[in-house]
Amino acid sequence: MRCAPWRRIWFAASATAMVVLAPHAVADDLPGVSDTIIRIGNISPYSGPASAYSQIGKTIEAYVDKINAEGGVNGRTIELLSYDDGYSPPKTLEQARKLVERDDALLIFASLGTPTNSAIHDYLNGKGVPQLFVATGASKWGDPKNHPWTMAWQPVYRTEAGIYARHVLENRPDGKIAVLYQNDDYGRDYLEGLRAGLGDRADSMIVAALPYETTDPTIDSQIINLKASGADIFVNVATPKFAAQAIRKAAEIGWRPMHILNSVSQSVGAVLVPAGLDAAKGIISAAYLKDSSDPQWAEDEEMAAWHGFMDDYYPQGDRNSNLTVYGYAVTKTLQHVLEAAGDDLSRENVMKVAASMENVRVPMLLPGITMTTSATDFFPLQDMQLMRFDGERWQLFGDIISE
Amino acid sequence: MMACVVRISVTDCGRWMELFTQQVLAGIATGGIYALMALAIVMIYQAIHHLNFAQGEMGMFSAFVAWQLLLWGAPYWLAFIATVALSFVAGVLIERIVFRPLRRAPVFSHLVVFVALFAIVNSLAGFIWDFTIKPFPSPFGTTPLFGAGLIGAHQAGMLVVIALVLAALFLFLRATRLGLALRAAAANPESARLVGVRVGWMMALGWGLASAIGAVAGMMIAPIVFLEPNMMLSVLLYGFAGAVLGGLASPGGAVLGGFLVGVLENLAATYVPVVGSELKLPIALLLIVVVLVLRPYGLFGRKPVERV
Repeated sequence: MRCAPWRRIWFAASATAMVVLAPHAVADDLPGVSDTIIRIGNISPYSGPASAYSQIGKTIEAYVDKINAEGGVNGRTIELLSYDDGYSPPKTLEQARKLVERDDALLIFASLGTPTNSAIHDYLNGKGVPQLFVATGASKWGDPKNHPWTMAWQPVYRTEAGIYARHVLENRPDGKIAVLYQNDDYGRDYLEGLRAGLGDRADSMIVAALPYETTDPTIDSQIINLKASGADIFVNVATPKFAAQAIRKAAEIGWRPMHILNSVSQSVGAVLVPAGLDAAKGIISAAYLKDSSDPQWAEDEEMAAWHGFMDDYYPQGDRNSNLTVYGYAVTKTLQHVLEAAGDDLSRENVMKVAASMENVRVPMLLPGITMTTSATDFFPLQDMQLMRFDGERWQLFGDIISE
Repeated sequence: MMACVVRISVTDCGRWMELFTQQVLAGIATGGIYALMALAIVMIYQAIHHLNFAQGEMGMFSAFVAWQLLLWGAPYWLAFIATVALSFVAGVLIERIVFRPLRRAPVFSHLVVFVALFAIVNSLAGFIWDFTIKPFPSPFGTTPLFGAGLIGAHQAGMLVVIALVLAALFLFLRATRLGLALRAAAANPESARLVGVRVGWMMALGWGLASAIGAVAGMMIAPIVFLEPNMMLSVLLYGFAGAVLGGLASPGGAVLGGFLVGVLENLAATYVPVVGSELKLPIALLLIVVVLVLRPYGLFGRKPVERV
């Protein structure tokens, strides 16, 4: 195509003007960073079926307010853009594009959900934008070889299942295990983790593993068959509604195995109360965060600081939900990474710093639990502690267990 | 029984019988859920000759209304009756306001409105009461009957409720002038109008009754599956299957169809090797298709006869 000379000049001039006028451009031309701000993106389900989880996003916003009120990170204010995807993957992709291409965010932080994060996994890795500390427990987030821009945060389902396997091997080596699992990536991740943890004993110990579909009205039939398998250990890998149904049905038909409940459904208010506290007594699960309703932390300094934060920045937040604790701890982790990156806030360096944590501890993790990552280990949290439900609240027991 | 013969020991046989009995009873209990839904579907079909996709969501919303009344301190049966009455009025209003203007519109317009109603009711419930599960009380208690917990008191009570609703519906459609008028209005609107039936109001009455039955279904189902906005999504599908299997024109057939779906599904999951537990619903639906191929109007349906 030929261009008249005056036209070329016009192009050059307008290009210069655009660079000069671009609102957030800085000398180094780093995306989302200037001398005064760091722009961070987040995508949460503020509407739709998973909107209960939006408390994490709201806590993140509140904690960022606190960071900014206290002077920001290395003199820069964090500008958090948190968008709603309604837990719908196509919408997640749309919001991620907006954050990357229009808002020029440095990174996408703690986006919630497995299907939603899956929808932006390849896009963000193709663009070289960090997808940092995703709020989901699937195992695929720690795969630096194929997805070097994505990092997990919480202990993934496989890790948790491996911890249960260790507990079973140590305490009931001759036990027979029955598993109820959701027939999708999440359920199968747990089942695989359990098998891996049991090693060559897996085939002889797991006597029954029955799936359910999220469209099943009830899982009564599965529970009856699991009981009939003769198992004395029940691993309940179900989401809140089905987990509660399983707890109630097992009690109803008089099945009292060692009951291991996955952390997805360990909420007392949302699962154990509807299921019936008596039926839930004795259930075992695993944790890595301090439970704000547990009286053993009443005098704890970190807990007091968290309460102070909730008073000042998120007074309407639910203190009995571990989601507000989660949002607080994960944002503390982001704060650590940004501070450690100092003035080199390129996307490459932020990932490098995130991938070189060495026994980093943030408040509200259980005592003894720390985060370690490396160029080949993108799973920050891999330790948990077991706990047992006493009919009223969870009681921690035993040592911190690594997978 | 065959399995008993081939099994070696007597204890094995006892265990087999126990599992079989439990699965059948659990199937009847779950089937009761489908049967109640199927009754509401038959009712609306009798009135408008369409399937209402929002039927389940309307029942769910009614259950939430009852839950809210109970939360405000209403005694159970008062909340129950108030909810049924409110749902009846709501059903009539929906017909008068939304469907009356669409009376002469093609069937696809109705379809779109059903889907819209479905989405609106579902989101509205989520917006008002959020998506966490809530325990819903049962008027029959929660203790298991017969010691071993073969069937819960609530499930047993629900079977009684199904029998009552079924009997009332049967009598209404067969033995009252109003019921006959309603059926006439649906079967042949022109002739019905000529003999003095107010066809428009008959449709509204059908909507009201269907949503009242849906409310009963919602309040009976919620204690089993927990109350939440999505609790009826799959129940509706199973209810459709039950109603079509039994025959859309036959309340008794629909109830039996519901029970059959529940029991077949459980037995498929338990006794079909390898794929049983993963494909229990497809297996149950396959059996239904086979039945319908042999009897296109359902087990108890009759071929519609039209004079030309």
